Formats: sequence, C-alpha cells, structure tokens
Amino acid sequence: MTGTARALAAFPVFAQLPEAELELISSTARTVRFAARQRLFSEGHPAQGCWLIEDGRVALDMTVPGRGQVVLQTLGPGDVLGWSWLVPPYRWHYGATSVLPTTATELDTTQLRALAEQDPRFGYTLVLTLFESVLQRLQATRARLLDLYGSPHDQR
Amino acid sequence: MTAPAAPEALVFDRAGLDQLVEALIADGYQVIGPTVRDSALVLDELASAAELPAGWGVDTGPGYYRLRRREDAAVFANSAGPQSWKQFLHPPRRQLWSAGEDGAFRPTEPVSHRYAFLGVRGCDLAAIGILGRVLGGGAHPDGSFTRARQGLFVVAVNCTEPGGVCFCASMGTGPAAGPGYDLALTEQINASGHWFVAEAASAEGARLLAHVTCRPASAGEVASARAGVDAAAQRMGREMPAVDLRALIRDSMESPHWEDVADRCLTCANCTMVCPTCFCTTTEDVSDLTGDHAGRWQRWASCFEPDFSYLHGGGVRQSGASRYRQWFSHKLGTWHDQFGSSGCVGCGRCIAWCPVGIDITEEAARLSELAPRAREEGE
Amino acid sequence: MTSADTVTVPAAEPMLPVPYRVSGRTAETHDSVTLRLEPAGEPLPPSQPGQFIMLAVPAIGEVAISVSGDPASRDGALVHTIRAVGKVSGALHDAPVGTVLGARGPFGTTWDLPSAAGRDIVIVAGGVGLAPLRPVILGVLAERGRYRAVWLMSGARTPAEFLFRSELDAWSGRSDIGVELTVDRPAAGWDGPVGFVTEPLARLSLDPERTTAFLCGPEPMMRFSAHVLLRKGIPAGDIRLSLERNMQCGIGLCGHCQLGPVLVCRDGPVVDYGSARRLFATVEL
Repeated sequence: MTGTARALAAFPVFAQLPEAELELISSTARTVRFAARQRLFSEGHPAQGCWLIEDGRVALDMTVPGRGQVVLQTLGPGDVLGWSWLVPPYRWHYGATSVLPTTATELDTTQLRALAEQDPRFGYTLVLTLFESVLQRLQATRARLLDLYGSPHDQR
Repeated sequence: MTAPAAPEALVFDRAGLDQLVEALIADGYQVIGPTVRDSALVLDELASAAELPAGWGVDTGPGYYRLRRREDAAVFANSAGPQSWKQFLHPPRRQLWSAGEDGAFRPTEPVSHRYAFLGVRGCDLAAIGILGRVLGGGAHPDGSFTRARQGLFVVAVNCTEPGGVCFCASMGTGPAAGPGYDLALTEQINASGHWFVAEAASAEGARLLAHVTCRPASAGEVASARAGVDAAAQRMGREMPAVDLRALIRDSMESPHWEDVADRCLTCANCTMVCPTCFCTTTEDVSDLTGDHAGRWQRWASCFEPDFSYLHGGGVRQSGASRYRQWFSHKLGTWHDQFGSSGCVGCGRCIAWCPVGIDITEEAARLSELAPRAREEGE
Repeated sequence: MTSADTVTVPAAEPMLPVPYRVSGRTAETHDSVTLRLEPAGEPLPPSQPGQFIMLAVPAIGEVAISVSGDPASRDGALVHTIRAVGKVSGALHDAPVGTVLGARGPFGTTWDLPSAAGRDIVIVAGGVGLAPLRPVILGVLAERGRYRAVWLMSGARTPAEFLFRSELDAWSGRSDIGVELTVDRPAAGWDGPVGFVTEPLARLSLDPERTTAFLCGPEPMMRFSAHVLLRKGIPAGDIRLSLERNMQCGIGLCGHCQLGPVLVCRDGPVVDYGSARRLFATVEL
C-alpha cells in the first residue's frame, strides 16, 4: 500500500475500506494547509473538494440577517469537510473558515466522481463510507436539537 | 418462660375466643381485628370478641366484594377486606420531623402502640414478613416500622374456605399460616359444635393462651383441622402461573400486552392502596404561615400517580401502560432483585378492588402465553 | 412475635436531617451556584465522589444533590453545585450565606476512581453533569502520576453556561490533561469547538484494553457517549455513569427512584454501562 493510501486509512471514516478502494481515492489526494481565519469556501459557490482534517479546526457558518455570521459546527482532526460535491445542485450549503492553522488531505472530487461513474462498485463503497460520516454528524446535530442541557422551564 | 418444646395443639370453644381477647386487652394490648362496617370487613380496634364478624361471609370476584350472611356463626370464614395490617405498621401518614426557629431538626416520636393482630391469614402474615425485609432489612431501617413490629402479638388464622379471588397456595403463603405468629387458630364449626384448634409458637403466645380455658386436642381434631386447610389449598379459584415470573417479566418489557392492559386500567391506584405489601411513600413539607415552624411528613404514595416518577419537568412514566407495567413488574419481578422475594402474597385484594376487574394472575398467564412468540419474533 | 424474623431497631431516625449553614456562594452561571455548607452541629460522615446528599430547605422540600467538592478536603464542609430547576433547587440556589439547611447522607455508590489507577481516563460531562465529575477530575489531578493519559470532554449549551469556568480554563492550560470544551450553540466571541460532546469524544484514539470512562449528564447524552465509546471497543464494564431518578428518601424506603430492578439511591447512582444499557433500552422504565 502506498504511503498516501496508508495515511488515508488512518482517518476513521476510511479505516474499514479495502486496499484497492484506498489506492483509488489516494490517487486524488494531496495535502493542503490553511492559515488561521482563511476562507475555504462560501455558501452558494460551486462545491468542489472534500477535506479530511488532520489537525486544526474549521468552522461551518451561515450568515443570518440581523445575527451576522453564525457558526453552526466546528470540525477537527479526523472529520470530513464537504459533501455537497456528491449530489445536485453541487453547491455549498454553508461557508467554511479555518479557526486555527489547519492541515488537511484534500481530495479532487471531480476526479473522484469520474472514478465513481466508471466503476459503480467503487462508487457505492465510497458513498456508503461517506454516508456513515453524514449519519454521525446528523445524530450529533439532532442531539443538539434536543437541547438536553436546557432547563425544564425552556422545554415548554 | 421458655417456649414449648413442640407446639402442643389445644382446643377451646367459642367462649374461649372471648377469653383470649379479654386477656390480651387486660395485658395492655390494643387488639386489632376484622369487624363489619360500611358493608365490608374492616380492621379496627376491638373491645371484645363480640365485634368479630361472626356469621358473615364474603363473596369476592374481579371488581366485586359483597358481604353475605352465613348459615352458621363462624367467625373467620371470610376473606380480607380492602384494608391490610400494613396501615398499623406503616401508617398512611406520619410526621418525620419538625424544625423550629432555632434551626434544629427534631425527630417526631411515633405514638407507641402495643398491637395484637387477631385474625391474620397466611397471605397477610407473609406480607408482614415481606414489609419487614423492605422497611427493616436494608442499611437504613425504618425505625417507626421496626418499633411497631417489635412488640407485635400475632394471632394467625388458618383458612379453610378460600375466597373467590384468593391464590395464596400458588404463591406459597397459605392457606396455612407460615412462621411469624404467636398463636395460630383453625376454626371448626359443624353440627357437633364450634371450636378452635390452637397452637402457640412463642413463649408470649403460650402465656396468653394460658388465660383461655383449653384442653389438649385429640389426634382426630388435629387431623381434621389440618385436612380442612389442605382441602382449601385444593379449592383455590385461581392460581399464579407456575413459571419463572422474574425472567418472564424481564423479557416482556416490550410486550404488546401492556397496551392491552392500559386500555382497561384506569390508573386509579386502588390496587396499591389495598395491597398488603405496597410500601411506597412520598414526603411532604408543611409550615405555619410565618414559615418559622416547619415539618416533614410521610404519606402513602402510588406508582400510578402521574408525578410519582417526576424528573426534569415531568414524570418519566407518563403513559398508563408504563405505570401498570411498573406496578406489575415490580410486584412480581424486580421485587426479587431488590428485596430477595416476590412482592405478591396471593391475597387477591387487587383483583376484588380493581374497578374494572383486572386479574393479576390472568395478566401473568397472558404474558406467559405471549412470551415464546415474542422471543421467536425477536430472533 | 416469634424469633423467626429478627428485628433491628435503628439508633437514629434515618430521615432526620442535621443542620448545615451556608458559609459561601459562588455563582457559576445564570441559574447555577456552588454552595459551601458547614456543619452547625455534628458533621455527616465524609462523602466519596459520586455520592449524594439529601439537602432540605425547611418548609420547602428536600432534593438529592451530588457532591461536587474536592475529595481531598478535610475541613468537614459540604460543597454542592445547584441548578435552579424547581421549587427546592430554586430555594437552595437562592439561599443566602447564613441560611440553615438540613443535610442527610452521604448515600449511594461511588465513582471508585482508585480502581482506575494505572489506566487511561476519559471524563465526559454534559451540562451540569460536570458537577458530580468535578471530584473525579480533582482526584485525578491530585495524584496525576497514578493514571496514564487523561482527557476531559465537557459540553455546555452555550459558552456562558459552563460550570467552574476558571477551573476549566486552568485545566485547559495544563499539559497533563487533554481538555475539549464544546458548545451546542455558538455565541459571539466563542472561538472554541461547536458541536455535541460526542464529537470531540469520537475523535479520541483510545486503547480498549486500558481505558476507563466516567460519564455524567442528561441520560440521552450519556447513552450517545457510551455508544461512541463502545464503537471504539471500550468494554461496557469500563464505562461508568451516574443515574438519576426522583428521590424522596435516598435510603431505599420510598420506592420513587426505581429504575427496573435498580434502586438508584442504593444500587447507584454510579453504575457501569453493562447494567445501564438494559435499563436505558426500555422506554418509560
């Protein structure tokens, strides 16, 4: 297994992937670095790129009139940033800004989608793997929605 | 005085019962026994044996309890009314402490009673023992209960006529009274006469019995008394299914059966009030208008109360199904885990006093029927 | 009465509180305060981390509050962090210095930190669940060499609702404990993590052979956190959590705190996830 593939396998999201799939994905991968407070992408822009964060912190945000830029979620080492490249309309739903200096493995998603279309079995495996990340993120978000730490007075 | 080496069976007649009650009262006991009031048999302080329900029988069934006149003058040929002996050992309301302006907390001394319970059936005697384990057997015993029980004199009665809702035999608590009594009586009444076969099981029992005109029972009388009780065991109107209830209940917590009961159960809490082993209480704080004098009271509570399990703004068990399941699963299942025995003694009161006639033995049988199916579906 | 049933007559009424006076108050958040209570007479026996005291406000009521003080402290004071969520907790929260309260206890099972010596420690706190865990954190830091790697994950609703903020900041500054503070909802001026407490927990690389986890917070939060730990291979028996139910007596006599076969006041509040998993699986248990 190549060094890049092995590095990819270190991410929890790809830990169970077979070697062949890892090699395919690693062919689209490169390391990138962001300084603190760097804008990675903005809401509405074409969605290209998927980042596996190695260290640092990235905030997902949305601008709400009257409230300004609201941070919805922060991501850290091991987290996947960016899924909107996989499905129409292929545009970012949120903005992303690095909070701290951040190192990440960036995947060329145009290449990834092409590989997936050529090899549907690989595509299925890729999507299923990413789906797990989405599910975990959704569950955590729903847990926040429950407002578990709220006072009983707030629950009425 | 030492206890008799072997319980010697004695016989006394109907007048002897009067003597027994007189002797107990003269000895300073408050005699509590069944008496007729408000169309039922209630437990109250007796001034004499004349207040016992002689000649009264009871017809019981699911959601049904009626007194009826017997053709004979049998005193104990009836079954339990809506009350049990727990009200005397574990009162419906009692004060725990009071606090004054000085900030000191003062325990409230319980009124001291020297009770003699007259007419305790096997089921109820077992219930007293169970309450003893719950309230007296833990790391922090309830002092009021243990003190009340310590001076208790028990005259048990072996049943010869099972009631319509009784199932003590299948719970192993009757119809013969188990250990824990001072005196046990088996009433015999027929054309030949009316007498009681009596056995003392303690020094105190023997001492009180000495005030009664007795003669030793003949072998025939002893055999006849025993046969009457054994026959009663064979004539029970219902029984708890002979399955491992603890395991059955543990595995049935998701059973569709609970919704079925919930369609019928009113969550009225009658069952918990009449049950001789239900012990749950709630604490209440009171104060005078100035707030300078405060007190804390304890009162009977029921797991059917919507706020019994109140936590973070609401009850944990809100649905009727979950509350019925709590009562049932505690009584027959988790009581084993918590206190080392079943909580049910088979007295049948919950069946008679349920306004919709829910029968705990039938519900257990239904759960048992559903269980193998549930296990198959789960696999 | 025959001797078939032995009877123990207790020395004292177990429902009788002893007086404690509020000697100090520290506001933690807009609705939480840490009270310091000193005995007005005879002190209660010393409490262990994980246990609770029944605190009474005369004429108002009594509630179970976990101990949140330093286990090494020997000054006989009780330290409890109280959030005003009801009548009694509200009265406790508002009690000025000098108020005489009633206290009974300590009751319940302990976190049993000593049994985790030589292992990696993961502490996961949700909301005011940080309070019963504070004695564990202090106990670990007091004998830091007895434990291997130590992490604290603490989730709060908003940045302003963290308890023990200055201590959290101090612990964050240490190099011998990994601290992650995360909020459910962001607020202006918060540069820290935003996400549910299970998210930083999921990022930890843990050794299933030598990790003991301590969880405290709302039941769903403990369940979700336990799932994350189980997915990492941590045995259920190595995950400890603190159960909570309605308590009236605290001594196994009133029946309110039942959770299936468990009496939370007697068999808990601290239990391991092996037992808790079955209890949490049944809705409205």
